[in-house]
Amino acid sequence: MAEENVVRTRNVKKVFVMGNVALEALKGINLEIRRGEYISIMGPSGSGKSTLFNMIGGLDKPTEGKVYIDEVDVAQLDAYELAWLRCRKIGYIFQTFNLIPVMTALENVTLPMTFAGMSTDESIDKGIRLLTMVGLGDRFQHKPIELSGGQQQRVAVARALANDPAIVLADEPTGNLDLKTGKEIIDLLRKMNKEQEVTIISATHDLKMLDVSDRVFWIRDGKVERVERRADLDLNIGTVEGE
Amino acid sequence: MAGQEGKIGKQVVLPLSKAVEISVKSIKTRLGRSMITASGIVLAIAFLMSIFVSSSINKALLEKGSAEIRIQLQDLGGEEQAKQMWLVVLSLLVCVVGIANAMLMSVTERYKEIGTMKCLGALDRFVIKLFLLESGFMGLIGSIAGALLGGLLMTVVSGINYGLEVITKFPVVDFLYYFAIAVALGTVLSVIGAVYPAYTAARMVPADAMRSEI
Repeated sequence: MAEENVVRTRNVKKVFVMGNVALEALKGINLEIRRGEYISIMGPSGSGKSTLFNMIGGLDKPTEGKVYIDEVDVAQLDAYELAWLRCRKIGYIFQTFNLIPVMTALENVTLPMTFAGMSTDESIDKGIRLLTMVGLGDRFQHKPIELSGGQQQRVAVARALANDPAIVLADEPTGNLDLKTGKEIIDLLRKMNKEQEVTIISATHDLKMLDVSDRVFWIRDGKVERVERRADLDLNIGTVEGE
Repeated sequence: MAGQEGKIGKQVVLPLSKAVEISVKSIKTRLGRSMITASGIVLAIAFLMSIFVSSSINKALLEKGSAEIRIQLQDLGGEEQAKQMWLVVLSLLVCVVGIANAMLMSVTERYKEIGTMKCLGALDRFVIKLFLLESGFMGLIGSIAGALLGGLLMTVVSGINYGLEVITKFPVVDFLYYFAIAVALGTVLSVIGAVYPAYTAARMVPADAMRSEI
């Protein structure tokens, strides 16, 4: 695997101003994520985890410091370039699945390809291929409402991979799923990570997620408290559960 | 890092045919809601069309009708019509406000959908395009229904008042002309009503898609 940084942050700070109070959500984050890694970002709510996640995903800009996605400084991009980045470079997976309710599974998967300028025929072929890959080959004409939570999240995984992104960002992907389905989604993400060599960055509370992660970033109080590799994880899992 | 800039493109597209498809689906899926939103325009356009049709029937009868009917019609003043025109303008205004209101609600309801689209790479103008198209289609269908409704009702009412002559002397050309005007006006007003809501929707940030509270 190439030792190339797909995400890099340099002293990232984010300040939210609410009335007269300035809240420093991120207090100088430095991290590097290499291509093909499977990263989990852990942290209690209010730790700045979501804020960091939004920065890495090009959804928000830092107050201070730099975020590089694929070695491009996000702050330098205009609205068109940001849209392009979100469309081509980043795939998003949400806690609440966020499929477009009026579209079928296949249409949900092909929408990002349409945005990317792919022809209808091509996008349908690729959409069916992706849906088959996530195990929904026979359900692509179903509306989200006709699918179970786990199936909806599978569609979301297929949609995230639509334009062969460099990064897949998953925000609590198992948060709304039961244990077994959650595990299936985690395994699916891991499989995609291995087979498609896509970098997966996931914000999570789910300890099952740690099992498959290459590295875990622990965020606390707006800072990276510690970074653990999988090899070190087993030793610490007891303390995690105690928290 | 030379040449890195070349890696970022600008090309994100939403072909019109696809936008039309999405907005029509959106209307169909929320059919009940869409019909209530459109009913405002149906009623306003029906009112407008009924005024148009009654005045053109009266005109046709004055020119070509029998002496008896002409005397009947001459007793009617033009003042009544001017008053009705004011009512029509008011009802059209109310209907634009109604559409703006309904579309605004629909925007707040769909924040997650809009945020998700933006995460998938949608530009502000895609969102505007989708909302304007959706409202335009509702306006078009509502106006056609309204114009037919108003036109037919007024023809029937005139028929009851003046007898069969209304049918034999029916001003077909005028009817079609006013029909086209009423439909065009209804569609344009629906689109105008959706401008502000569409703009509000377009300004939403992609991070809204992550919000988990309803």
